[in-house]
Amino acid sequence: MRALRFKHSSVLPGFGLTMGLAVLYLSLIVLIPLSGLFLKTATITWHHFWAIVLNPRALASYRLTFGAALVGAAVNAIFGFIVAWSLVRYHFPGRRILDAAVDLPFALPTAVSGIALTALYAPNGWIGRLLAPYGIKTAFSPLGVAIAMTFIGLPFVVRTLQPAIEDLDAGMEEAASTLGASRFQTFRQVIFPFILPAAITGFAMAFARALGEYGSVIFISGNMPMRTEISSLLIVAKLEQFDYAGATAIAVVILVVSFVLLLTINLTQWWFSRRLGRSRA
Amino acid sequence: MSIEARNISKSFGAFRALRDVSLKVGDGELVALLGPSGSGKTTLLRIIAGLEEADPDPASAILFHGENVTESRAGQRRVGFVFQHYALFRNMTVFDNIAFGLRVRPRRLRPKESEIRKKVEELLHLIHLRELAPRFPSQLSGGQRQRVALARALAIEPRVLLLDEPFGALDAKVRHGLRRWLRRLHDEIHITSLLVTHDQEEALEVADRVVVMRDGCIEQQGTPEEVYHHPNSEFVMDFMGHVNLFHGRIESGKAVFGSLVLDHAGAAVADGHGARLFVRPFDLDISRHPNGAPSMKARVTRVQSAGAQVRIELSSESGETMHVEMPHSRFRERTVAPKDDVYVTLLDSRVFLEEQANGGKVS
Amino acid sequence: MKANRVARSDPRWLRAVLISVTILFLGLFLFLPLLTVFLEALRKGVGAYFASFADPDARSAILLTLLTAAIAVPANLVFGLMASWAIAKFEFKGKNLLITLIDLPFAVSPVIAGLVYVLMFGAQGWIGPWLEAHHVQIIFAVPGIVLATVFVTFPFIARELIPLMQEQDTDDEYAAISLGASGWQTFRRVTLPNVKWALLYGVILCNARAMGEFGAVSVVSGHIRGLTDTMPLHVEILYNEYNFVAAFAVASLLALLALVTLIAKTVLESRLESGEQANEAVAMEMVHEY
Repeated sequence: MRALRFKHSSVLPGFGLTMGLAVLYLSLIVLIPLSGLFLKTATITWHHFWAIVLNPRALASYRLTFGAALVGAAVNAIFGFIVAWSLVRYHFPGRRILDAAVDLPFALPTAVSGIALTALYAPNGWIGRLLAPYGIKTAFSPLGVAIAMTFIGLPFVVRTLQPAIEDLDAGMEEAASTLGASRFQTFRQVIFPFILPAAITGFAMAFARALGEYGSVIFISGNMPMRTEISSLLIVAKLEQFDYAGATAIAVVILVVSFVLLLTINLTQWWFSRRLGRSRA
Repeated sequence: MSIEARNISKSFGAFRALRDVSLKVGDGELVALLGPSGSGKTTLLRIIAGLEEADPDPASAILFHGENVTESRAGQRRVGFVFQHYALFRNMTVFDNIAFGLRVRPRRLRPKESEIRKKVEELLHLIHLRELAPRFPSQLSGGQRQRVALARALAIEPRVLLLDEPFGALDAKVRHGLRRWLRRLHDEIHITSLLVTHDQEEALEVADRVVVMRDGCIEQQGTPEEVYHHPNSEFVMDFMGHVNLFHGRIESGKAVFGSLVLDHAGAAVADGHGARLFVRPFDLDISRHPNGAPSMKARVTRVQSAGAQVRIELSSESGETMHVEMPHSRFRERTVAPKDDVYVTLLDSRVFLEEQANGGKVS
Repeated sequence: MKANRVARSDPRWLRAVLISVTILFLGLFLFLPLLTVFLEALRKGVGAYFASFADPDARSAILLTLLTAAIAVPANLVFGLMASWAIAKFEFKGKNLLITLIDLPFAVSPVIAGLVYVLMFGAQGWIGPWLEAHHVQIIFAVPGIVLATVFVTFPFIARELIPLMQEQDTDDEYAAISLGASGWQTFRRVTLPNVKWALLYGVILCNARAMGEFGAVSVVSGHIRGLTDTMPLHVEILYNEYNFVAAFAVASLLALLALVTLIAKTVLESRLESGEQANEAVAMEMVHEY
């Protein structure tokens, strides 16, 4: 048992062994490869970097990816809230099954959901067929990308909102009721402020996940450069041409945005927990 | 504004919380609903408030001053409800919390913002928390929060005030202070109030009338005096405070407990029928010599000073432990010490007959 | 036995609307796609369905998927156990940093995960030339696939174990040590039984992701049929060849795996919760006794 300067000594053995091996494994699998990415970035000149990153094809992919991810996350925020509320507050037949099913996009391999969604929304698919007469292209279009991104982000919003709704202080709702507030007033003034942080977190998580999504999207999107090509695909395309620098630059853009989102999530949670207090008041 | 609850029953699954309970609270009275947990007191309060629904029954009803409000929702009944855990709106300031009830009124009935402000400030003055108006609940102490909760409930000028163990979450000193404050407030504004508590001291100190509940029924109701000094059942007597319990039997019309023989004026029962003697610690006196009054012999095992009183532990001839309490001054006069043999006399007591073997109760 | 909280219930019409929307939304987004997988797989009949698995390439894809999971899951399991032991039972600076680092693979898009390994081991990568000189192939070969899978499933087990072990007292372990047990014995007989459900839960999630990973593996595999194809990749190949029935047939196996995972997850979650609730109930009783 090593007495390291940064560790309080402990009676239990094994710290050196477990910590050492764990950190070794972490470095080999995660840290060193990831730093390889940043080292590569460092070898790209600024000029070259901006040329890649602001290339029209890249810009088109950002518009599509970010736009569709935003739409997906927004749809999930609204409907995901409705789903979470119903699953927590109401009892209806099949509730348990639906609740378990929410995790499906999590558990289902992305390639499977990719081809399934395409089969559904392609012009000859069950749903695509219904909407085609109205000129709505649900596959091989930005709309298809948005649909796939909604699918993939669904569990994030619902699973983040459910605990928040469960934790709502019953006393506050009852107090509002005795004071004469209507159900809507109670929702707006007493319930909503407390689930807002969870809603924001869920939204950001769904958004971040959709940004990096690959498998579920590439089948339904059609992958036409400048039109229906998402940024992840652009990275793959560049790799296939051995344009390592290009792939790395785009990857960095995505990583930076994801990082900013993660930061937003943590800040939101911190700010709200300060304002609203953690436990019962 | 009187409250009347008629024939209220409530079951939660297999558990019967209330069994056909009826209760009246007079205009301006402060009544305490007292009982152990599971007695149904909180359930009854919540049903009166409209937060729960009683089991359907044509005979059951809730009336406020004669008006049947059974069908009205909580918000429509205009009750002021104070929760055990305050239930203040954590995202609003103290001011906004108190103003809430006024601000959510439908437009036609809503007072102008300036009037709301005036009203809230009056209430803040009443609860002595004017400086804390812009604070959030998380910045207040427990006692302050509960006062805000009370002010919030009073803001809507409720017809009745319902309090659900309002001081249960506070520590002892704050509890005592707030109790007295509540009583004084009630003396000032005379609002009909119903207070649920499991603390008999609180009920006795604060209420005009005490209603003791047990297992979904009302055991006894009356003034604090009546319930404390004239309990009509073992349960009530035991619940209302410390009590010494002795086992004995009835013989030839007298209640016999060891060497203690008491007249028994109750219903006639067969000899040998079991009886129980309940005596409060301060209704016992000890002396070194018999003084003619019915007494029992006992040995002093321990003497303990408990604040203003002296608590004496004794062991009777039959081995039963008893506790006597008396002020220091009286104790000094008695000049007894541990291991002394003394005579214990009764100043006041209650004898209850044990229930018959077939479960019936003989009183 | 929840009370009928009248004051917290919504008007009947609202409830009906919200429940309908819920059922429709989930039905549309979750059940229809799942159903589609099986319907498309069986479109040409049961015979064609089973014929898809007779194909040698499909078989080797299945085998490769199983092999990958068989390596990735135990590796991450051992790591998870070690990391959570170190984090939960000892005090040291930088603990939060370590936990954040462990979570990193979650934040990284799968394609970027694959990219990272290509940059490392690819022909033009950092170690690429060295590997070529020693005739070791990682990218476009099985080792690369395994590595990429290990990366993306890295945190699954650790993040189930760490919070749970942190919550639990170290007293049990101290007691065992003071009675003379070795570290290993303590771990095996005292610590492990306490976390067995969370462990199983993490393993199941890790396995599901390991078998189903697509993006990262796609980048490092080279898509060589029969050699570097996992099941998800094989689905893609079949689909791009318009061999829809076969594609959906293989996909249906993965979908079944997902369903099994969901069921196991639900069962284990209720086990975990009842454990939590039991602890809470004991704690609540202690509060009420006062």
